[in-house]
Amino acid sequence: MTDSLQAAPGPFFGEFGGRFVPEALMAALDELTDAYEKARIDPSFREELDRLGRDYSGRPSIVTEIPRFARHCGGARVFLKREDLNHTGSHKINNVLGQALLTKRIGKSRVIAETGAGQHGVATATAAALMDLECTVYMGQEDTERQALNVARMRLLGATVVPVLSGSRTLKDAINEAYRDWVANVDTTNYVFGTAAGPHPFPAMVRDFQRVIGVEARAQMLARGALPDAVIACVGGGSNAIGIFDAFLDDASVRLVGCEAAGDGVETGRHASAISGGRPGVLHGSQSYVLQDADGQTQPSHSISAGLDYPGVGPQHAWLAALGRAEYWAITDAEAMEAFRLLCRTEGIIPAIESAHALAGAMKLGVELGSSATILVNLSGRGDKDVETAGKYFALLPEPTS
Amino acid sequence: MTALSDRLAEIKAEGRAALIGYLPVGYPSVKGSIAAMVAMVEAGVDAVEVGIPYSDPVLDGPVIQRAAEAALASGTRVSDAFLAVRAVVDAGAPAVVMSYYNPMLQYGLERFATDLAAAGGSGGITPDLTPDVGEAWIAAATARGLDRIFLVAPSSTPERLHMTVAATTGFVYAASLMGVTGERTAVGGAAERLVARARDAGAPAVCVGLGVSTGAQAAQVAAYADGVIVGSAFVRPLLDAAEPEAGIEALKVKVAELAAGVRGRA
Ligand SMILES: Cc1ncc(COP(=O)(O)O)c(C=O)c1O
Repeated sequence: MTDSLQAAPGPFFGEFGGRFVPEALMAALDELTDAYEKARIDPSFREELDRLGRDYSGRPSIVTEIPRFARHCGGARVFLKREDLNHTGSHKINNVLGQALLTKRIGKSRVIAETGAGQHGVATATAAALMDLECTVYMGQEDTERQALNVARMRLLGATVVPVLSGSRTLKDAINEAYRDWVANVDTTNYVFGTAAGPHPFPAMVRDFQRVIGVEARAQMLARGALPDAVIACVGGGSNAIGIFDAFLDDASVRLVGCEAAGDGVETGRHASAISGGRPGVLHGSQSYVLQDADGQTQPSHSISAGLDYPGVGPQHAWLAALGRAEYWAITDAEAMEAFRLLCRTEGIIPAIESAHALAGAMKLGVELGSSATILVNLSGRGDKDVETAGKYFALLPEPTS
Repeated sequence: MTALSDRLAEIKAEGRAALIGYLPVGYPSVKGSIAAMVAMVEAGVDAVEVGIPYSDPVLDGPVIQRAAEAALASGTRVSDAFLAVRAVVDAGAPAVVMSYYNPMLQYGLERFATDLAAAGGSGGITPDLTPDVGEAWIAAATARGLDRIFLVAPSSTPERLHMTVAATTGFVYAASLMGVTGERTAVGGAAERLVARARDAGAPAVCVGLGVSTGAQAAQVAAYADGVIVGSAFVRPLLDAAEPEAGIEALKVKVAELAAGVRGRA
């Protein structure tokens, strides 16, 4: 036993996690776990991944201090970890490059993925094009309509995009459909899962592929003088948050805050805050917090941000919440959009609406901590994909003529 | 021994395979689904799998998904499954429930097992709960004399097959193919090999499910398995019917076809 919370191996994180899937998938998950265990200690795998990060997706990502935005954060010093500058526009590429390399290692020729907003789908289609893998992306029909541009992006990259018509026709149903494909095609196909949730090994593996965010940011902050007082990130399934948290888990002085999407407000029932507003349960292969009714039926989530619009959350976050090592806040659509607008106007950076939830959290946290505090925000993605949503929200789109 | 195990043993002594029919409770209504289950028993199924509809059924194809979605939309509850179990048992056939894990977990595993036993049920089939993470359910079921029926798949490794067979009572559910529920034009050779592997691992009874939808397929599977499990092919007539009564009539015709099949009379 070590006291370190870093790089917790799974399958269980306290009472959370595990592997609750059909027997038919067990062999594939075992194969993936084995391949990953070998790859993670194989220097040539690390080197290849580091090379792709450096020469393809643009690592290390920079850290930017944002003094004009910080005036709205109680005067605290605020820094952004710029995952928005990665190739394809978000942190998702970090994970996908790792899983695509692993797909090659286990000798499979096809990848499948689920996507909500389309960011993970675009990243997977990108890696598939780069590594010559066949690629199918499942996307809820409602999301294909909301995010039509990302559908076109994936198709430009050579992926097949399948609109999912079952259930609520959103991200959770896209995951179900990807599982169904995987069961039927497991001989040739690897499932590239997009967040730090799902059955073992995904929560630990995705975290490890995203861990680079926190490792870099910790060194970058130390180089500027000191560790931050707090690190804050948005939480959908939880991959960007666990990615930046992991390197700080053993720094007791650093407060860790995850921001879930509260939609119209947790009290309205129209939200996506699994930890603040859900109960423990099993969804998509692991035990964690889930939005569900008394019978365990998954309840639809709501958020202006498609990437946070998911009724579950990764098991390691459930565990960190139970341990009290991290805290989880619920940020409403209105709070996130106010922070979105402010970052655009004060710093000339258009954030992803997902990341704007973390910015809104920083505004509250700064007021709480005061002007001597330093806050590091994970800017998980850029807002290009959200221009239409934000344009509508702020009524900035030109009036249709005629 | 549960009523299910007794019945399977009797059928084996008759020199044939059992026909096990699946329907989700709540489609087209709770009452309608119970009527359909009782009609299945009258038309020749030997045991009934009462499905509990779930919002995220990863092992089900479109036919069962559609019925389950409609059942949930009309307000079907987990507890309705126990009414269906009671009705099936009263009609003279053993009943088991088939449920994804989260509805069982939220109902409470102890309470679930208690209410299932009280309704006269023989056990539970858990498509997304395997024995290695199923300790709590195994304990709750065992304490009430219920069968816990786990699945094996063509992809199951020898170690997992042994582990699963050892933890299973009643019968081992052999998934005939790598895929989800739904009608198929043929049952492939993977099923026969899997049944043989499960027997070699010590399974006293092995029933085959996924994809069986005609009398001829049932006859083919009955030649090597202890039972044939049919789901989508029995849900289909209910989905296709213009009204519930017509659905039940069409269901009975389909059941009779499959019942002849397991008797080698396809
Ligand atoms: C920019 C961005 N941030 C965050 C998320 C949420 O995912 P996670 O919680 O896994 O980081 C997404 C998901 O699409 C995203 O696109």
